[in-house]
Amino acid sequence: MPTSAPTAHALADVTASDGTLRRFLHGLPGVDAVGLEARAASLGTRSIKTTAKAYAIDLAISMVDLTTLEGADTPGKVRALGAKAVHPDPTDRTTPATAAVCVYPDMVATAKEAVAGSGVKVASVATAFPAGRAALDVKLADVRDAVAAGADEIDMVIDRGAFLAGKYLKVYDEIVAVKEACGTAARLKVIFETGELSTYDNIRRASWLGMLAGADFIKTSTGKVAVNATPANTLLMLEAVRDYRAQTGVQVGVKPAGGIRTTKDAIKFLVLVNETAGEDWLDNHWFRFGASSLLNDLLMQRQKLATGRYSGPDYVTVD
Amino acid sequence: MASAFEYAPAPESRSVVDIAPSYGLFIDGEFVEAAEGKVFKTVSPSTEEVLSEVAQAGAEDVDRAVRAARKAFEKWSALPGSERAKYLFRIARIVQERSRELAVLETLDNGKPIRETRDADLPLVAAHFFYYAGWADKLDHAGFGADPRPLGVAGQVIPWNFPLLMLAWKIAPALATGNTVVLKPAETTPLSALFFADICRQAGLPKGVVNILPGYGDAGAALTAHPDVNKVAFTGSTAVGKEIARTVAGTSKKLTLELGGKGANIVFDDAPIDQAVEGIVTGIFFNQGQVCCAGSRLLVQESVQDELLDALKRRLSTLRLGDPLDKNTDIGAINSAEQLARITTLAERGEAEGAERWSPACELPSAGYWFAPTLFTNVTQAHTIARDEIFGPVLSVLTFRTPDEAVAKANNTQYGLSAGIWTEKGSRILAVANKLRAGVVWSNTFNKFDPTSPFGGYKESGFGREGGRHGLEAYLDV
Repeated sequence: MPTSAPTAHALADVTASDGTLRRFLHGLPGVDAVGLEARAASLGTRSIKTTAKAYAIDLAISMVDLTTLEGADTPGKVRALGAKAVHPDPTDRTTPATAAVCVYPDMVATAKEAVAGSGVKVASVATAFPAGRAALDVKLADVRDAVAAGADEIDMVIDRGAFLAGKYLKVYDEIVAVKEACGTAARLKVIFETGELSTYDNIRRASWLGMLAGADFIKTSTGKVAVNATPANTLLMLEAVRDYRAQTGVQVGVKPAGGIRTTKDAIKFLVLVNETAGEDWLDNHWFRFGASSLLNDLLMQRQKLATGRYSGPDYVTVD
Repeated sequence: MASAFEYAPAPESRSVVDIAPSYGLFIDGEFVEAAEGKVFKTVSPSTEEVLSEVAQAGAEDVDRAVRAARKAFEKWSALPGSERAKYLFRIARIVQERSRELAVLETLDNGKPIRETRDADLPLVAAHFFYYAGWADKLDHAGFGADPRPLGVAGQVIPWNFPLLMLAWKIAPALATGNTVVLKPAETTPLSALFFADICRQAGLPKGVVNILPGYGDAGAALTAHPDVNKVAFTGSTAVGKEIARTVAGTSKKLTLELGGKGANIVFDDAPIDQAVEGIVTGIFFNQGQVCCAGSRLLVQESVQDELLDALKRRLSTLRLGDPLDKNTDIGAINSAEQLARITTLAERGEAEGAERWSPACELPSAGYWFAPTLFTNVTQAHTIARDEIFGPVLSVLTFRTPDEAVAKANNTQYGLSAGIWTEKGSRILAVANKLRAGVVWSNTFNKFDPTSPFGGYKESGFGREGGRHGLEAYLDV
């Protein structure tokens, strides 16, 4: 929220040059780290029980991007993942499907086949994930490859080196180019790797930069560094999408990724969504969890709510 | 509130606290009946349910308690500091062990949300006893001379907004310095003090060192006027504070007063807006605004006024008002019908004087004493709601254009207890803080308390300091 609220037209002007973009991003209100973390912690004390918990668990399941991003991924593993995304709990067909499966570009075709006809989307990390250290041509080729194989969503990483060096326009141009490569076929999630941006001010700037460049989603992290999604950085990004919509009318999604492992944690994030951006974001079109181990805990808690007993890891599938 | 994600009720269990049908006065280590046999009822503000019947202290009881405290003073003050510290540490640990019980009790008796008693009040109560326990054997090194002596019997009168916390602020430094205590809790919230009396017994505190006299203003007046009381400490309204000052004038009693406030919360245009909004909410809606240092006047720089007010209104719409025992409740009940009437009257005057009133859509429970979070815009310094302490969830919004104007407006009040500054610019924080006539100035935060930090006022907000090393001085002959 800059001091003098710009119109959508004025927002287009801020990307006219490196200078205007820098002035705009640095003109955003600062973030007080202590206050931000205190707010996130206080929302974390909301006590979600019974019907609200059942609702939250199903909602969280429907928001999971079921992910496998290992060098050792095989077609078999991806097919298993796809099957699980469609029917997360084979013993209870009322369990909602996950939002998407998230794989490397070379696995997109396999994943697409595995979830065919289910409504589950296929997301693919591209642009030299997770470091993002490649020439733009290579990154764009990576994206086109994934889109051509049928990816519905592209998760791109930004060039953190350029961002930290203050070359905001370079980062902006890169996102614009990737968005163009996605065309109308795929929605674009822009990953900031918040752990490497190191300050909350940077995370707010990156959020606005990503949205200005046309991101459909802004995403915390790759899950490959020490600090990934936290309640505080997700809260900050939710404030950013809320403010961006208030100014431009454009709604952008948020995806925390990495480190969210338990139902309790996931519910805390949903409380953040509910009380920060609002109920318009309580839908898997606008909010996702990038988490591979979260789903099983959600399923076990769901079984516990249904049966009154906690079953244990052998009552859900390993992947 | 979002309709898609309704939080199911999450009430804290009442079974952790066992409230007796009646309580006596706590004098010389025993619970006794009032000399005149009077009793009064204490009710839960959120339901109007009668919680218990409590003995009502009169002048004769005050005299009994002061005599018990005087007798106990001889031995207590002669103990080595390290021995007194042991008792204080023991009390602190028992408070921690019983914190759930005390939090539920306080919420029932006071009406404030369990979230606050559990997360703010009780941890601070324990922290104060721990902190002053640490001072008990180091008084020679506190900067008040080589061998500072206790004053004697301390007569203490505390308010209903933070019953147990105010008790801790008063009793912990008094005991650490070797004084004995007669304390009168407020008539609407006597229960946690009586539970504290039980904690004193559990800790093996010698008889008569702490005496608790639930009662009304007459008992407080008798206590502060008692000739054998050496020190008077009062937290409460400015009117009563003035009365006490008159009573004590001309005697050898030492006096500290912590009275009303009308704190200014100043938001500059370069402030971290989202966190400032949180700070404004904490400043005025914490404990339903029934806080003497509440940030009840918001001074916002004109250039960010619209943006800030939009954000504030949106935030207020997410506040959850209702059953204070529900762990998700942000705004609980007003402490008493009398206080509710006062808030209602002042808010109506705000409207009558031309300020613009706004509250979020908010359903108030049918029983109990409730007031929706309220915002007044277009307020000027000439409005009553910008001058009088409301002591409720009512925020008056004023604007300014320059830092000088902000300081002038912030200081233009008969009070001077607290203020807040919101800006990303460190040099501005220091420059403005130096010019504010307020006992506490918070920067980029509000309503944060810590036992190590002295607290007290300027002007009609009283004098003397509680908390920190400064808090010892009020209980020592220096």
